[in-house]
Amino acid sequence: MFFEQLLNGITVGSTYALIALGYTMVYGIITLINFAHGEIFMVGAFVGLALTRFLNVNVFLAILGAMATCMLLGIVVERIAYRPLRRSSRLSALISAIGVSIFISTLVQLIRGPQTTNYPASVINNTVYTIGSIHISKLQLIMILVSAGLMIALQLIVKYTKMGKAMRATSQDYDAASLMGININQVISFTFALGSALAAAGGVLVGIYFNAVGPFMGTSAGLKAFAAAVLGGIGSIPGAMLGGLFLGVAEITAIALGKSSYTDAIAFGILFLVLLIKPTGILGRPLQKKV
Amino acid sequence: MENKRQNTILTIIALLFCTLLIYLGDNNLSRFQLRILNLSAIYVILGLSMNLVIGFTGMFSLGHAGFMCVGAYTAAILTMSPAAKELIYYMVPIHPLLANIQWGVIPAALAGGIVAAIFGVLVGFPALRLRDDYLAIATLGFAEIIRIVVTNTTSITNGSLGLKDIPSVKSLWVYWGFAILTILILRAIINSSWGYAFKAIRDNEIAAEAMGINILKHKLLSFTIGAFFAGLSGALMAYLITSIDPTMFRFTFTFQILLIVVLGGMGSITGSIVAGVLVTVAMEWLRFVEQDMNFFGFVIPGISGMRMVIFSILLLLVVLFYRQGLLGTKEFSWNFFLKLASKRSKQKEVS
Repeated sequence: MFFEQLLNGITVGSTYALIALGYTMVYGIITLINFAHGEIFMVGAFVGLALTRFLNVNVFLAILGAMATCMLLGIVVERIAYRPLRRSSRLSALISAIGVSIFISTLVQLIRGPQTTNYPASVINNTVYTIGSIHISKLQLIMILVSAGLMIALQLIVKYTKMGKAMRATSQDYDAASLMGININQVISFTFALGSALAAAGGVLVGIYFNAVGPFMGTSAGLKAFAAAVLGGIGSIPGAMLGGLFLGVAEITAIALGKSSYTDAIAFGILFLVLLIKPTGILGRPLQKKV
Repeated sequence: MENKRQNTILTIIALLFCTLLIYLGDNNLSRFQLRILNLSAIYVILGLSMNLVIGFTGMFSLGHAGFMCVGAYTAAILTMSPAAKELIYYMVPIHPLLANIQWGVIPAALAGGIVAAIFGVLVGFPALRLRDDYLAIATLGFAEIIRIVVTNTTSITNGSLGLKDIPSVKSLWVYWGFAILTILILRAIINSSWGYAFKAIRDNEIAAEAMGINILKHKLLSFTIGAFFAGLSGALMAYLITSIDPTMFRFTFTFQILLIVVLGGMGSITGSIVAGVLVTVAMEWLRFVEQDMNFFGFVIPGISGMRMVIFSILLLLVVLFYRQGLLGTKEFSWNFFLKLASKRSKQKEVS
C-alpha cells in the first residue's frame, strides 16, 4: 500500500518536474517568471488530444507532435511578449507575461469551449503489471519512463552540447556571456523552446492520466510546478526535478490521509514556507542584493 | 497660501457637484445604468487600492482577489437575516455564534475591510520580505489558499454552494460615497509623509533604507491599507450581486484589476479612477460581442469568452507600447486648469 501510494506520487510528481524545469531554466537565464508556461503545458495537452483523436497516432507520436508545436509557441511568445521588455522594469515584463497567459487560455476557451474533454480511450490499453505486491499500470510506467528519459536528455544537452554550455554561461552572468560572443537572443529562444517542449510532454501525459483536458488546466498546474521549482531552488535543474517529485508525493500523501479537498493548498503552503524559511530552495544559489 | 485656499474651495464645489449628480442619478437612471455605475465605483476602489500597493509602493502583490473574498464573506455573513441563514446553510448548519447576527450594511462593509486588513497584516508580515516576482507568486498562492479554505469551512461559509440572499443595495450613495471617501483618504495618505516613504521605497529600496525609512513598517502599512480597501470593495460587490461563491474570487479577477492599474498608469490616482470607470463600462458594452448579432437577417453568432481575449490583448498592448498608461504618474490638479484658463484669457486680451 505504501509503495503503491509512493508510486502514484512519483508519477504525478514527475509531470510536475517536467513543467517545473521550464520555469527554472527560463528564470535561471533571464530572471523572469514565465507566467505563460502553464498555458503552454495546456496547449501541449490539446495538441496531443487533436493528434490522437483525428490522426489516431500512438502516445509517443502525440508527445513528439505536442513538443514540436509548443517549441514553436514558446519561441513566438518570447519573441512577441518578452523580448521587447527585456531592458525595462521587471514589473512590465511580469505584467506582459500575465497578459500572454490570459490570452492563450481565453483563446483556447474561445475555440474549444470551457468544458473539459477526454482523450480517446484507445490511446493506451491500460494493462496493470504486478511486481511482487506492487501494481503498476502501463500508463504510469510510460509516464515515469518518458519523464525520466526527457530529463536525462535535458541534462545531456545542458552538460555536453555547445548550446548547453552557452546556456550555463548566460545564466551565470548575462552581460559577460554576451561579451564573450554568445548570441544571447539565440540562447534565450533555445531555452524557451526546450522548456516548452518539456511542458508539452507533461501536458499530454497529464491529459491522459487524469483524462481531462480543459483550457484552464494550465494555470493551477503551472502555479504548482512553479512551487516545485522554488522548492528545489529556482535556477537549478536538479532542484526542479527534486521539487516536482517531492510535491507529487506530498499531494498523494494528503489524498491518502483523506484531506483530498486541500491538495491544491499543499503546493501553495509549501511555497509559502520555502519562501519564508529558505527562499533559495533546497539546491538554489544564494542571491545577492545589488546596489 | 492664496492658491491653496482657492483649490480647497474648488474641491468642495466639485464635491457638492458630485453629490448633486449622485442625487439626480439615483432618482432618474434605470436599474441597468445604476448597476454599471455602482460596479464602476467598486472597480475604482479596487484599482485605487491595488495602485497604492503596486504603483505607489512598488510591491507586486497579486493577492487582491483573496482579500476581496474575505471582505465579501464577512459582510455577507454579518448582514444576512437569521431566517435566510437557516435556509441557505442546509448542508451543514451555520456555526451558532454567527447564526443570529444581523448588522447594518455600512458597518458590515467596514467590518469586511477590517477583517481583510487583519489578513493583510498576517500575510504581509512574513511575505513582504520577498520582492518582485517572488512576492507576486507568494501573494497569488495565498489568495488561492484563502479560496480553498473558504470552500472547505462549510459551517462558516457554506462551502462551494456560496451564499445567496445577501441584502441588496442599489443606491448610488453607498457605492460612490465609499468610492469618493476612498479617493480622498488615499490622496491624503499619498501626500503625507507615509506617501513619500512609499514612493521612496518604490524608486529605490536600498537608498530609502539608507535614508532612515523603516522599510518593513511602511511596506506593511501600504499592504494593509490596500487589503482594507480590497475587503471593503469585496463587501460592496456582495451587496451589488447579492450572491457570492468561492469561484468568483479566482485570480483572473486580480488580473482584471491589474489591467485597470496598468491602463490608468501605475502611480496615478486619477488614472485608476478613469481606467476603473472605462474598463467597467467597456466590459458591459462588450457583452454585446458575446451575444448573437443580427445584421439584415444574417445572424452572427455571439462568441462567449471574447471579452477576456480582448482584455488580455489590451493589457499586452499597453505594456508593450504605451507603458506609462493613460496618465503615467500625472495627477489631476486645479492649478493645471486654472493656468489653462488664465492663458486663454491672456491670449484674448492680447488679441
